[in-house]
Amino acid sequence: MRRWVRPALWVLVIFPAPMLVAQLLLGQLGADPIDKLERLSGLWALRFLIASLAVTPLMRLTGWGWLVAERRFLGLAAFFWAMAHLSVYTVLDWFFDWHEIWKDIAEHLYITLGMLAFVLMIPLALTSTKASIRRLGGARWNRLHALVYVSVIAAGFHYVWAVKKDIAQPIFYGTMIAILLAFRVVWRIQRRSSARSVSGSVS
Amino acid sequence: MLIRKPDDIPSSEITPEGLYQNRRAFIGTAGALALGGLAAPSIARGLARHGEVQEDKITPENDATSYNNFYEFGTDKEDPKEQAKDFQPKPWTVNVEGLVKTPRAYAFDDLLSKLPVQDRVYRMRCVEAWSMVIPWQGVPLKDVIARLEPLPSAKFVEFTTLYDPKRMPGQRRAVLPWPYKEGLRMDEATNALTLLATGMYGKALPNQNGAPLRLVTPWKYGFKGIKSIVKIRFTDRMPNTTWNDANSSEYGFYANVNPTVDHPRWSQAKERRIGEFLRRNTLMFNGYADQVASMYAGMDLRKFY
Repeated sequence: MRRWVRPALWVLVIFPAPMLVAQLLLGQLGADPIDKLERLSGLWALRFLIASLAVTPLMRLTGWGWLVAERRFLGLAAFFWAMAHLSVYTVLDWFFDWHEIWKDIAEHLYITLGMLAFVLMIPLALTSTKASIRRLGGARWNRLHALVYVSVIAAGFHYVWAVKKDIAQPIFYGTMIAILLAFRVVWRIQRRSSARSVSGSVS
Repeated sequence: MLIRKPDDIPSSEITPEGLYQNRRAFIGTAGALALGGLAAPSIARGLARHGEVQEDKITPENDATSYNNFYEFGTDKEDPKEQAKDFQPKPWTVNVEGLVKTPRAYAFDDLLSKLPVQDRVYRMRCVEAWSMVIPWQGVPLKDVIARLEPLPSAKFVEFTTLYDPKRMPGQRRAVLPWPYKEGLRMDEATNALTLLATGMYGKALPNQNGAPLRLVTPWKYGFKGIKSIVKIRFTDRMPNTTWNDANSSEYGFYANVNPTVDHPRWSQAKERRIGEFLRRNTLMFNGYADQVASMYAGMDLRKFY
């Protein structure tokens, strides 16, 4: 199974791109294709971000330690799609209209949060190599990569507020984010209480 | 350009030929009127540069009938065309109620009979910052109101969309407080631009565009153009409107197109005309200031958004 995971993920990450381009060329993205590309690229970024968050719980439940490499892969996939999303926004939607773009980021909280989600992913993408892990040391690397929690929360709210009224979809993704973050909270509480009981038995 | 007249369109809904053929000139005139001294000569031909006043080309019919906000038939833009394809808009009854000489129910044809159908090419600006140019056919609302004889005490008109979750599947979820309601002040309702549309592109109104009867107020955001109207009520109090009820901080009663007042989430300064790449500047009152601005003289449009 392990052999198949990486090629399958490559397909999953890359495949939406030619699909969208083909749909665009065939005129299947509707009357406002730019809006559609913007939404779909953002959605793929969020999906891969959530998938990367799902890896650790999955590792714990299954004991498949090798999945840790896929966690970084999925994180980079999220970054790739977030870049695509930002490019659609900057080039296709606003065509380098920096004045309006800056106003949009500064004045509209959901755009601010989207930018925040993206900016926080940059150091994570830059330190996604094995060499970086070695250089930073596991503990510091892990602490840095905890930024993904802030990023995914910002991305989730970015999505909720991007939708005019029917937030059924954002609620669905938001619930997944909440569940995956809840794992971390529970682990932390467990770790703390077990540490306390250990120190208690010593004294 | 050849405009076909399919046999199944009742004669009352056929556009006067001269008007239809003159629609280009009409857009030009409307645009020039609207822009007034600002930019009248620059109703530019061809590709205008970023942000300049550009020509209003009629939106392809397929775009205007397949990209719709009509939550009664689903919240995705593509939903209404699919979900409304079996909707039967006739027979149709419109209830006229409230401060009116004779409250009564009108069959669709009775309400509009003997009123000549007019051709109006209007820009439509959605609050989501996209826009279209649509050739409507319909009857000026002021002519309908004149026939209905509201009492002098009537200050507002309230419109209601059909509530029938069996026929309108989007109403099975409480995305908005159903039924959809909209309203106009009496002077807005009787403004010369205000149209009760029964058709577009020379055909009967498609289901997804609000068959058989919808409101068109081209200087207001698209959501004011309530679709599939079943009730017209005259009242002395400002009526509740659906988007205002759903989210009053974002959607006001007036909903006048105004590039200087942002929606809390979306900039309103620019818009993308469907089918075009670059955004264009949004015009005050969607370019119809000359015809409508006087109605709002002295009002703080930031407060009465």
